[in-house]
Amino acid sequence: MRSDPPTLAALFLQFAVLSLFAVGGGGSAVPEMHRQTVEIARSLTDRQFSELFAIAQAAPGPNIMFVALLGHFIAGVPGAAVATVAMCGPSCILACAVSQVVERFRKARWRIAIQAGLVPVTIGLIAASALIIARGADGDWASFAITATTFAVVYWTRLSPLVVFACAALAGLVGFV
Amino acid sequence: MSDSTPSAVPPAEPDAPSAVAASRPPVAALCLAFAAVSISSFGGVLAWARRMLVENKRWMTAQEFNDLLALCQFLPGPNIVNLCAVFGARMRGIPGALACLVGLLGPSVVLMIAAGAAYRRFGALPEMHGVLSGLAAAAAGAIIAAAVKMAEPLVRVRLGPEHAVALATFVAVGVLRLSLPLVLLVIVPASIGFAWRRADEK
Repeated sequence: MRSDPPTLAALFLQFAVLSLFAVGGGGSAVPEMHRQTVEIARSLTDRQFSELFAIAQAAPGPNIMFVALLGHFIAGVPGAAVATVAMCGPSCILACAVSQVVERFRKARWRIAIQAGLVPVTIGLIAASALIIARGADGDWASFAITATTFAVVYWTRLSPLVVFACAALAGLVGFV
Repeated sequence: MSDSTPSAVPPAEPDAPSAVAASRPPVAALCLAFAAVSISSFGGVLAWARRMLVENKRWMTAQEFNDLLALCQFLPGPNIVNLCAVFGARMRGIPGALACLVGLLGPSVVLMIAAGAAYRRFGALPEMHGVLSGLAAAAAGAIIAAAVKMAEPLVRVRLGPEHAVALATFVAVGVLRLSLPLVLLVIVPASIGFAWRRADEK
């Protein structure tokens, strides 16, 4: 079942809500982006979602610009602009509006409790993002091998992930995956 | 989507002429500085933005940067984008915030549109299939590593409510695929409650 392609207004609303629910950072919103665009709207496949995510990671600029790529895939150039403004606008307005107040209460118990309370939630969300991206990316032993190698390099060395990305793309080009 | 991969940043250059930078740079300078960060920041913007703001332009001290980053990690939304907006607003009000955002996001949006157009056109070609598979598999490895790094502090502490919160969030959002806002409306207050009580015990 494929629902109608979302209008720009619907796209804006989806990402604007996500902007304010992305606790700990933009990466926390990846599972919900997947749920909305792949599972509910069926605008793209699991594999396409993971591929677009990877392109955004490999490109310069903030990683959250994945939303521009996603918006472009769903609704063209206006989609890219709308998704970007919606994902960044509300959180920026909130941050500018409350930064002075929140900074003043840096040592307050409520702020420390909120900060500590958000940490495990963020960990759970990033782990969920990892699961979703891996599910779309890893279909055979060769892609598992690349995922495992990248994990090892990023986790245990200080080598730039871009080197691994380049090697992985090269491996794909010569037919490894 | 870890914005904090320090390994991707080249070593700092020898100090530029050490004049204390003029405070409150003009709007155009803010925009250009963040645009330069945006197009050069392969592998995560955070370290590059820090280098520009603290080391090259000296628009902030290291302490100011750390405080602002902590604040932006505390607030929802993409950290580096929020940081850029709040910095711009502190320098030049709303025009400053907009200038920084346009600088940081503008080049990237254009690049993403170009990449998206190329993807739609060539993504299904057999030659591209392997390249994209390789990239996607590598991105999966990188985000798994980011998740494991984040979870490490949990391994070192006694089993407690925070482990339950992390696991429940992962299962609810990643496995059961429940709506993020709904899950957060339940889990976040509970988690803050645990943290509040923990602060009592200390």
